[in-house]
Amino acid sequence: MPPVAPRSPASTGTADSVPNGRRREDTEGLSAGAAGLQNRPNRSDNTPHFSPSEGAGGEGMPDVVSIVAVSKSFGDVPALRSLSLRVPQSRITVLLGPNGAGKTTAIRMITGALTADEGHVAIFGLDPVGQDGEQIRRRCGVVSAKPSLYDRLTGYDNLRYAAELYGLDNSIMDSRIRCCAAQFGIDDALTQRVGGYSTGMKTRLALARATLHDPDLLLLDEPTSGLDPESAQAVLSMVRDMTANDKSVLMCTHLLSEAEGLADEVVVIDAGSDLETGSQRSLTARYWPDKTVDIELDHPTAAAVVGNIDGVTRTEDVGGRLRVHLQDLDRVPVMVERLVAEGIAIRSVVPKEPTLEDLYFAIRRHHRETSGDRDGSGCEPGIGGPKTDKERSGE
Amino acid sequence: MSKTNWSRVATVARTDLRQLRQAKDFWLPMLLLGGAFFVFIPLVLFLTIAQIGSVEVVDRMSETLQVLPPEATAQIEGTNPQGRTGYALAVFLFAPVAVIVPLTISTAVGAATIVGERERGTGEFLAHSPASAREIYLGKLIASVVPGYLTVVVGFTLYSLIVNLTIGPSVGRWFFPTRQWWVMLLWVLPPFLALCLSMVLRLSARVTSTAAAQQASGLISLPLIMVAYSQSTGVLFGSGAAAYVVGALAWVLAVFSLRRGVRSVTRSRLLGVAGT
Repeated sequence: MPPVAPRSPASTGTADSVPNGRRREDTEGLSAGAAGLQNRPNRSDNTPHFSPSEGAGGEGMPDVVSIVAVSKSFGDVPALRSLSLRVPQSRITVLLGPNGAGKTTAIRMITGALTADEGHVAIFGLDPVGQDGEQIRRRCGVVSAKPSLYDRLTGYDNLRYAAELYGLDNSIMDSRIRCCAAQFGIDDALTQRVGGYSTGMKTRLALARATLHDPDLLLLDEPTSGLDPESAQAVLSMVRDMTANDKSVLMCTHLLSEAEGLADEVVVIDAGSDLETGSQRSLTARYWPDKTVDIELDHPTAAAVVGNIDGVTRTEDVGGRLRVHLQDLDRVPVMVERLVAEGIAIRSVVPKEPTLEDLYFAIRRHHRETSGDRDGSGCEPGIGGPKTDKERSGE
Repeated sequence: MSKTNWSRVATVARTDLRQLRQAKDFWLPMLLLGGAFFVFIPLVLFLTIAQIGSVEVVDRMSETLQVLPPEATAQIEGTNPQGRTGYALAVFLFAPVAVIVPLTISTAVGAATIVGERERGTGEFLAHSPASAREIYLGKLIASVVPGYLTVVVGFTLYSLIVNLTIGPSVGRWFFPTRQWWVMLLWVLPPFLALCLSMVLRLSARVTSTAAAQQASGLISLPLIMVAYSQSTGVLFGSGAAAYVVGALAWVLAVFSLRRGVRSVTRSRLLGVAGT
């Protein structure tokens, strides 16, 4: 393990909340990524740094993954566009984005399976392409979107193959295989051919295979795709358990509900670029600075009444409810009092905590407004289609 | 360049072979092919010659042996026309079989080996694994060579038994395998196999589907099989020196082709994103 290089004061940014601008976490890599290639950190020696981050979610933790302004194209099709990303040690970082956003390509960059056209990638402070590649891959466990299992082999043989490739000692191999299989609840099926496994069992086997060699970094590419809700919950719970032992996790998903409560850090990615990075709390502070309540009522002038109350910053109609943005929740009694005085019947008043889904769409909406259409097609980049109802409504 | 980890090479090869063993739909036709060429056809032919009643027919067949090169006719042993005919057929006629069968089997295995990983999605696992592209290539190469060569070894053993049991009494001793057969099997056949596979694996790494790989590898392997066929026949007919020269040349070509072939396996090709 290379020594942890202290961050130079010059490269450390501030953590100001800038909801109206594109705000980055204050790591040197990410600030460089925000400014594009021309503002890449000026490293005279080009040495990859294994530097402590100072972001909201991973204070003082070294970054196990540092991707800075990386671009990658397949022919004429850009897959990554100046992507910057960091994964702090012992944290769960969730890469959130629509299909085709570049999540899988990013994971492939980390293990050195793909090389960047431009930019800088350092994993554990090492370069994944070239001499250090093998060392890095030994320390990574990957679960890809499709489980990548050998259907003709038994579960045991699949695990053994991985154990041998990753250089597990023969003396512990069998016990380790059985232990991992038991951990993921597939020990009873080890002698069966994988071709006969259910989707859930395959995912569990893929997870067992990825953790067999006790990796320091787990890369999970939509590990719950195709799973029923119960199995998906079980997998997420297992992922959570893994970080208890100092493991770092980078998980890709387009399912916002998955990331909710699981992610220490969220990276929103779209069309190969990172839009925003931070913990859910810091993102909330940035993109949801107001307090919000949803009022269920049925009166055409209610919005106007509420809008005139001191401390109310904004109102919007969300699916028949009135969403009120307030400077502080202590304005709620005043607001209720005013509505009652106006003879407006209130059915319910519910304080609204923004979910990750709310934040995700807020970030995307904000990004869209500030950057505009990339291709002028009127469609969102990375989506290839019109906006969803949810995005239109801003919910 | 990092050192080759032979343990990982063996792991890749072993796992591929284990999968082949599980694929009955693959190995059963191959078994039948080997069985037909090494056991069934020779057995019927030699038993017929050994048991044939018409001396005239055997004499006529024996006369046709005169068209063989003097070096070959000088080698033919036998106390009677049956023995001489049987000896010639056993040693010269079936020589190319030892070439065709392993090349066919190994080509079939090799064609699917890399593109198959990609098609099944398991290439992703290999691409993220610590195994280097070279180790994966070598493992795949070994896994493709072994089924073909193993068929030859087993088939050759059975063939030797059949020849010695059916023709041996007429020749007066167990005469098979002859020295030229050993040279062909141990010195001439392996480089031709390696040469063919180096090309087939290169194809397998580049094409988009197993079907395409099978088609294209047929185009490559057929001419090579013909060359190998003619060279093997020449080796058996000619003097010992010719065999060593042909083998040496084939080895040089094979080593060159293998070295180039290593470069064909890349992680992006395992992922199926190369060239896109």
